[in-house]
Amino acid sequence: MKKLMISLVLLNLLAACGSNPPKADVADAKPAQAEPATAAPVAVVPMAAQATDTQAATSSAAPAAAASTPAQTDTAPAATPESAAVMPATATSAAQEAQFTDEARAASVTSDSAQGGGSVYFPFDVDAVQAEDMDTILIQAKNLSSHASLSVRVEGNADERGSSEYNLALGQRRANNTKRALVLGGARSDQIETVSFGEEKPRATGHDEASWAQNRRADIQVGE
Amino acid sequence: MRGVLWLCLTFAVWSVQAELNIEITGAGEHQTPISVVRFAGEAPGDSGLASVMANDLMRTGLFKLVDPAGKAPHEPGEVKYAEWDGVEAVLMGSIKKLDGGNVLVKYSLLDLVRRTELETQVLMAQGDQTRAIAHRIADMVYERLTGSAGVFGTRIAYVSRDQGRFRLVVADSDGYGEQSLLSSNEPIMSPAWSPDGKRLAYVSFEQRRAMVYVQTLSTRQRTLLASFPGSNSAPAWSPDGNQLALVLTHEGSSQLYLMKNDGSNLRRISFSGTIDTEPNFSPDGKFLLFTSDRGGSVQIYRMALDGGSAERLTYDGGNNFSARYSPDGKSFVFSHYEGGKFYVATQDFSSKQMQILTAGGWDKKPSFAPNGKLILFGSESQGRGILATISSDGRVKQKMVAQSGDIREPTWGPFQKQ
Repeated sequence: MKKLMISLVLLNLLAACGSNPPKADVADAKPAQAEPATAAPVAVVPMAAQATDTQAATSSAAPAAAASTPAQTDTAPAATPESAAVMPATATSAAQEAQFTDEARAASVTSDSAQGGGSVYFPFDVDAVQAEDMDTILIQAKNLSSHASLSVRVEGNADERGSSEYNLALGQRRANNTKRALVLGGARSDQIETVSFGEEKPRATGHDEASWAQNRRADIQVGE
Repeated sequence: MRGVLWLCLTFAVWSVQAELNIEITGAGEHQTPISVVRFAGEAPGDSGLASVMANDLMRTGLFKLVDPAGKAPHEPGEVKYAEWDGVEAVLMGSIKKLDGGNVLVKYSLLDLVRRTELETQVLMAQGDQTRAIAHRIADMVYERLTGSAGVFGTRIAYVSRDQGRFRLVVADSDGYGEQSLLSSNEPIMSPAWSPDGKRLAYVSFEQRRAMVYVQTLSTRQRTLLASFPGSNSAPAWSPDGNQLALVLTHEGSSQLYLMKNDGSNLRRISFSGTIDTEPNFSPDGKFLLFTSDRGGSVQIYRMALDGGSAERLTYDGGNNFSARYSPDGKSFVFSHYEGGKFYVATQDFSSKQMQILTAGGWDKKPSFAPNGKLILFGSESQGRGILATISSDGRVKQKMVAQSGDIREPTWGPFQKQ
């Protein structure tokens, strides 16, 4: 039964991510995913939506189903997917950006693990978790749901384009949305703390897309 | 106009020596030709009184420095007016070491066109404060010649990063006289001066996430102002210093809040659900400028503190953020990002026209000097963050290059009460 629930949630996640430009086919998401039902499931929770950071500590055992009710119905400005207006033509093209983001993701996926945590990556000025990171999310979410005493810290980061304060805010939204995805995947809200470092702790320091792609990221750090 | 002024600048403890290279480019339209004669008794070298004053006056863009060409008067009586053709004013004086380590500085400013003495003053201060004295004299000269208050004696704050260390630094307006207020292995952001110049609010990650602290400069005593879950950031003081606007995320996305300066009476004032950040009070305390992405792209908005809807102020292509009011409240300065470059720009509230002031690059976080005539911002040179100023008409730019470290988040402090 729990497995079925997780599968449903997974479908929700995938459907939700459909609103963001998918960069690769995600049909091969590994765990569960037995359901033939491809139609969009009910209660689609747009992950990109503004997530109230459901305060930790209060809810004790609210697994997947309960957590999937959107905490807030605030209109989501959301995840303006790389609009041309935001991304000037003379800067890196969207295709280039996607390529670098994929590379950053591929480079880090080898070090990702349930125990060691993982990273998810974002396009420029986007705070919605991307479909390509569903595996990472599900591995971490499963780890949290099967180890009730475990906790993680999600650290949101941003590239340096923008003000430090805007980027701090953007990193926080990335962390919040990553948390939301983990909760949808079965983790409890109170297992997850979210913080942002904005542009303050870049993994790569160049003024180029290859560096920026690595810095637009949320890290899921396991246990402390 | 004679008198003795005591400079009581007693914060000499955490001084960090940093050598700066200063490069000035551009020229104002109507520049007053002025000569600054090396003071009698000045130690040789570039950090002498005369060169500090000359540099101060120069970077306003309002003056053209004329080499005294061998003439070396130190008192009004020694000036032969006929020799100073083409120069409108001359600044001269002397510095004398007193027993006990203090110095006595006497200076005179002469109007060479009307052939009159404009001002002669005597100042006394501690011997290690010659730069402060020089700034003070430059302020008086500036005020005498332009009618506006000088800002050379004010201070600036910024964040310096060097090999993984972050320092919150307070320095003279020309970048010299660095003093570290805080040193940390974790990032520091967004220093904001209290209106009386005695305290700084800032964001520190020392507890592994963004929290807002307030620190008193003279005692170094500090308090944790905001540590709600998530990020606490972007502190801004109200003009009376009684409250701060700041950004919290404990209810979701970054939203604007107000609190008293002791952390009490917290109340949320923006309800967008999108990102609202970087609040800045109008000089009359009635409005806030802030940055928001509520319209899709990142733009600058204004809202009244007593309610009402936010008004979008910037429409130009690209993104606009980090807005700060001019001291007279008639315009604001901000960062404009377009085509992969950051520019410093200003916009008038009445004309609503954006004016780009810098050539573009990595020009971020602009703030006005308290007299509104200069703008300080963070720029970049050879991959490192540096301080830079530009006159508010965009004509004269000055880069200040520190020998080490990566400088960010500069902000110009208020006039100091003497």
